[in-house]
Amino acid sequence: MSAEPLLSGLPHSALDRAEPILRAGNTNCGGCGMSVGLQLLRHAIAGRPVQIVIPASCAIVAPGAFPFSAYGAPVIASTFASAAAMATGLAHAARLNGEATRVICWAGDGGTYDIGMATLSAAAERDEDLLYVCYDNEIYGNTGGQRSSATPRFAATTTTPEGKPVDKKDIIAILAAHRVPYAATLSLAHPEDAVRKFAFALAETGFRFLHLLSPCPTGWKSESADSVELVRLAVRSGLFPVLEVFGGRRTVVNVEPDFSAEALERYLALQGRFRKAPPDTGVLRAAVLARWEELRRKARDPA
Amino acid sequence: MSEELVSGNHAAALAATLAARANRGGRGFGSGVYPITPQTECVELLCRLPIEKGHVVRVESEHSAMAVCMGFSFAGARTFTASSSNGLAYMAENVFSAGLYRLPIVMMAVNRTLGPPWNIWAEHGDTLMLRDAGWIQLYCEDNQEVADTILAAYRLAEDRRILLPALVCQDAFFLSHAMARTSLPEQAAVDAFLPPLDLPHRLLPDVPRTIGGLDWPRENEVHRRELHEALARVEEVYGEVQAAFAKSFGRALADPIVPYRLDDAEIVLVSMGTTAATVRAAVDEARSRGIRAGALRVRLFRPFPERRLAAALAGRKIGVLDRDLCPGLGGILWAELRGVPGISPAQGYVAGLGGGDIRPEHVAGILDDLRARSKATEPVFVEVG
Repeated sequence: MSAEPLLSGLPHSALDRAEPILRAGNTNCGGCGMSVGLQLLRHAIAGRPVQIVIPASCAIVAPGAFPFSAYGAPVIASTFASAAAMATGLAHAARLNGEATRVICWAGDGGTYDIGMATLSAAAERDEDLLYVCYDNEIYGNTGGQRSSATPRFAATTTTPEGKPVDKKDIIAILAAHRVPYAATLSLAHPEDAVRKFAFALAETGFRFLHLLSPCPTGWKSESADSVELVRLAVRSGLFPVLEVFGGRRTVVNVEPDFSAEALERYLALQGRFRKAPPDTGVLRAAVLARWEELRRKARDPA
Repeated sequence: MSEELVSGNHAAALAATLAARANRGGRGFGSGVYPITPQTECVELLCRLPIEKGHVVRVESEHSAMAVCMGFSFAGARTFTASSSNGLAYMAENVFSAGLYRLPIVMMAVNRTLGPPWNIWAEHGDTLMLRDAGWIQLYCEDNQEVADTILAAYRLAEDRRILLPALVCQDAFFLSHAMARTSLPEQAAVDAFLPPLDLPHRLLPDVPRTIGGLDWPRENEVHRRELHEALARVEEVYGEVQAAFAKSFGRALADPIVPYRLDDAEIVLVSMGTTAATVRAAVDEARSRGIRAGALRVRLFRPFPERRLAAALAGRKIGVLDRDLCPGLGGILWAELRGVPGISPAQGYVAGLGGGDIRPEHVAGILDDLRARSKATEPVFVEVG
């Protein structure tokens, strides 16, 4: 067992993997949500063999350069749009050979919402035996912070210097519409819930999708130490719903927001990206509440 | 050995299936497939044939078809896919990846004109566009050669000295849709010819290796040189594959370059694919008029068999008949041939673009033009209508 400190008070458990997925020596920025996500994943793998496919992203740069790697598991870098397709080949080969290997795609929002969308949609439609994790930092972080279709309205990026004029895609709704066995969102501020979902998703078969909001201090112009707090505020305010969708039909809300103006205002104030075009928090709260109306309807009446 | 009346598309699928089954004692077989005219009948048949320990995944694009093959290959499985024209252009990023990852994937390409405007007929520009991808490239002249070359391509690609993907090309419709009698070997013979794939860099459970991450210049320049050297070794391994092929199947595998009536030829016309059959007929006709003409077919385009070409062409007047065009330069085979040392500058002819039917009289005109020339000039466009 490594000397890694307990994470957010999480006790070590039988689900811990002996070797971290992301080891020391990686080059991620302090406060990177993706780093935290990979540590949480490690606490859910137990002894399962895993193979990870990572498309172009910070996640494939972070482990360092050949012949060294900070990844403690077999990893293949795929081209930007190909993660779910390359993983499909690995997963089929594992099945052909009677192996218990769990194949994981670990992709950013660019590789998921944008360039990888067709590949992701097709793998979901085929119900491939994959766990697809999107760590969503709401920008093209690795290329210096350009807008993606996961960038929220009002956020300034290097390609939307005046703030993005349109909303981000509802990725969970898109995956739910594929009727995949399991789609869920993960909060880095709620590690027990997150580890439970990683463990559930690793044990399930068929196409499983996890979406985690991944603060990027560099792109969000926020303090590294605030990353987990930012996720907590996003959850509390209702901006980032923490939920699960089973079979594309049954929606379960896992964490109740307080929908407070204080949480929303603090979420925005802690980030430089919302300073250029500060959103009208009244309008934003109304939009959040409207979205939650829809979610509650889905949770009450499975489609 | 069975004799079948099959199209070039079916010859490819049948050969790939034999190779697929031959890996049942290894890590199995996998394929990602996506349809495009005129390749469809190949992937349709692949989806119908039973393959023990094999999966064919019907994906949403050529780009993903190659990515699925890479995933299978990284897991140690034998792989196959097929595409054509704009499909290859769409796939291109992952075609390069497969070469750079040194994965012994075999792909059949039906050579078709790139659009727009849309044209589904034969042209070689689609696969020649991929010449720098680190793949072995072989061009076939008939259906038998398609089947034979696919089997041989696995043997070449999976050789430890090479470990590179291979592209086996056939002309749209002239081969892909033309039925011809084709000998297909028994499974046992293919099993002996293609032992199970043992990919040295396949992913192993819990061996924490990161493949394809960052590569600084110091490492990258070595990786690229190694790729070049591996591709260059194809020619020496090819001879061994021919010997093994003859032993296993009792039939010869065609040479990397195929000369015709070259011994005393003063003028030689170089071509690829089915055009070469028409050229041979035109050479016979020219010979009957007392012209010392010959022909040379290039089967192996990558690695470019420079020494063999130099030896075959030295001291002769050379014309190159390209069914492809690099706009602003000329025919691509012609442009490549210009770099072969020790031969006279070749005259380029571009004919049969968009699948136009190159007939013997067109080639006769080209031979007459070549014979009358005192020096090579800019490429000549021959419109065949």
